[in-house]
Amino acid sequence: MEKVLKDLKPGEEGVVKRVGGDGAVRRRLFDMGVTPGAPVKMRKVAPLGDPMEVTLRGYELTLRKNEAENVLVEMQDKA
Amino acid sequence: MLKLALAGNPNCGKTTLFNALTGSTAYVGNWPGVTVEKREGKYKKAGQPINVVDLPGIYSLSPYSPEEVVSRNYLLDEKPDVIVNILDATNLERNLYLTTQILETDRPVVIALNMMDEVERRGDKIDAAELSRRLGVPVTEISALRGKGIHELMKVAQEAAKKPRAAFSVLQEGELAPAVEAARKLLETHGTDNPLFHAIKLLEGDELEVKNHPDEAGELEEIRKRCQNETFGDDFEALTADARYKYITQNLASVQHKAERKEKLTRSDKIDKVLTSRIWGIPIFVAMMFLIFHLTFAEDFLYLNTFYGVSVQGWETWWEPGSYMIDGGIPSPGVLLQSCLIWCTDSLSALAASGLANAPAWVSSLICDGVLAGVFSVLSFLPQIALLFLFLSILEDSGYMARVAFIMDRIFRKFGLSGKSFLPLLMGFGCSVPAIMASRTLEHDKERQMTIYMTPWFSCTAKMPIYTAIAAAVFVGNDDLVVFGMYMLGMVCAILGALLLRNTVFRGQTAPFIMELPAYHLPQAKSLFVHLWDKVKKYVVRAATIIAASTIVLWFVSNFDWSYHMVGSIEDSIIHDIGSLVAWIFYPLGFAHGAYGWVFVVAAITGLIAKEEVVSTLTVLGIAVGKLAEDAAEATAIETLFTVSGISSPAVIAFMAFNLLAIPCFAAVGAARAELGKGRGFKGALLWWTASAYVVSMLIYLIGSYWWTVFIFAALAAAATALIVLWNKGKIKLPARGKKAAQEGGDKKAS
Repeated sequence: MEKVLKDLKPGEEGVVKRVGGDGAVRRRLFDMGVTPGAPVKMRKVAPLGDPMEVTLRGYELTLRKNEAENVLVEMQDKA
Repeated sequence: MLKLALAGNPNCGKTTLFNALTGSTAYVGNWPGVTVEKREGKYKKAGQPINVVDLPGIYSLSPYSPEEVVSRNYLLDEKPDVIVNILDATNLERNLYLTTQILETDRPVVIALNMMDEVERRGDKIDAAELSRRLGVPVTEISALRGKGIHELMKVAQEAAKKPRAAFSVLQEGELAPAVEAARKLLETHGTDNPLFHAIKLLEGDELEVKNHPDEAGELEEIRKRCQNETFGDDFEALTADARYKYITQNLASVQHKAERKEKLTRSDKIDKVLTSRIWGIPIFVAMMFLIFHLTFAEDFLYLNTFYGVSVQGWETWWEPGSYMIDGGIPSPGVLLQSCLIWCTDSLSALAASGLANAPAWVSSLICDGVLAGVFSVLSFLPQIALLFLFLSILEDSGYMARVAFIMDRIFRKFGLSGKSFLPLLMGFGCSVPAIMASRTLEHDKERQMTIYMTPWFSCTAKMPIYTAIAAAVFVGNDDLVVFGMYMLGMVCAILGALLLRNTVFRGQTAPFIMELPAYHLPQAKSLFVHLWDKVKKYVVRAATIIAASTIVLWFVSNFDWSYHMVGSIEDSIIHDIGSLVAWIFYPLGFAHGAYGWVFVVAAITGLIAKEEVVSTLTVLGIAVGKLAEDAAEATAIETLFTVSGISSPAVIAFMAFNLLAIPCFAAVGAARAELGKGRGFKGALLWWTASAYVVSMLIYLIGSYWWTVFIFAALAAAATALIVLWNKGKIKLPARGKKAAQEGGDKKAS
């Protein structure tokens, strides 16, 4: 199942499938390790509902839902 | 001398290593002109000294933020003899991404695996020899914090610098290899330096690169088209990033062995759970900020006096009575330190005055009233600024500040800023200078510019005395309300100003917010104090140079007449004439009217040099105008001045508002110039501060004096808002030329 990274619930995991968005944002996402094939886990949402925090390639990354909208994630079946 | 550059991700321990290597010889040599700091120092423990350059932390060599441009330009243009690439060994995967790009230059590279002790503590293993074999460069293990392995690192680096290294790219194997090779050959025939690096960046469509090599970029278009792939199409940017990370994950498997870990929360996770919790996150943050300001500025520590009547007798007589009033109670550490310093400087002033008793009048006047008074009044804020800085650095080093950005981002985005603007704006309450310097961490020009524009409106410690002194003299009984109101006015203006700029000059998309949240760790006392010492030194140097020079000028123009004779009365002085000459400019603001209007004009103008000057100018001129005794207290002098001048209440508020909003001080202007460059952004800042101060003060005076004008201004504001909204919706268009200029302005700022 595919989901937009924005819509993941805390604790859910998946693998990045595609990264969209315009030049600079996309470049930055790539540089920070959000590339196709990267496993990503949703950690939490900020107290005011945005931005969100994900675990990725062994570290914590925060991004806004606006940016997370560009990232498509292939969900992993819960074992 | 051997030139060695330290490069690596932010937060990987570069600066710790730099300090460990260079010891106390480190200096930050870049006050004006340079946009972003890089530090240089010397490593002396080798046979011959090595010049060590600490570059700003970067994630990639693509130009995304100013730091990245600086680091990239340094590595490519300055050609260091050897690049030491520091990796945070606890987060190898992402750190190696930059390494793959650094290896594409033809400089010798040494990799330093930092935080190896932490890796061992976790029970993980990294095979450095294997990593070295795979990347083809030496790899050493260090712990910058404990100074382990750093001398071995320098030996390896010295050796590596002797041997030339061929550029290497992970993209030279795999499906991209033909395209990369073709591009490299093309650039080689053009005679470009670092052909491999530029070839890949050009293929990626890197903006800076395409601009610098327009001809080659055109020819490369062919190669790009040939290299299409089913998954990505001709999206080379995604292809390269993907290939780099694929290479890293494949090779890492045989290098890194992670210990089995139980599904358990680490300590960092546990702390984080509380600090960024949905319910407690914001209250904890507010409490922490309150505590910091309380520890720094409170005159009644923990409200012990207010609530329990606890007070200390006698401590307030350490210095001259009346020169610095405290309401009682135990002072906070910040106030206590400040009072100690004031006592010291007052004693020094007294000593100087008695020592110069027999000197000519102008000499003692120059030294006591001019230089010492000016410099000491600026220095008196040093303890509080240092303390505030210390607290904020603790929060920053511990990793909490990144979480603050995370928590606050939602609010700041509404005004076109991001959570990262929060730190600079908060520091603005302490001092605009470090606050403006801190805006450097913002990646986007628009955001950085707006943050710098708004920072001075978060009233700094030097503006506080203006409000308190004037409120105590004019608004007796309501003084605390007035002071608080001025702070609020600054913040309201900042919000309205940000909204206005956001919808006019700084239109466009909101800047993205993509940030690493570092793991929490205990701040290191050593690095905290190195940092603090650096700031304190800068502040003292500024007090001794810019401020001292400006006070001498002020002293001269207020004590001499046009024929350079010392005057007995200030009304014969140069400054009186200048003040009277330009007073008409300030008529709409109310405070320039009447026989003594020029006094306020002069005070406001000296405030542009340093806000500390406003109160001292008012005091000096108050004494002169009211014909008071030479050593009359500040409060008496200012009260007399306001009574004699017959200035109206709205005009007094307008005067304070002008000081609040206008150009903050020479030092802050210098900082803004360093951050914004000499161009449009900087001139815009000066214009913005001056124009908004003028308009807001005028509104306050006019509405305060003639209440019905409020309708006129409300109508004007409504009309302007409507126009801006319509313009943004594309319903109305500006005349062609104006629009083009506006667009160009926008583009220039955006680029």
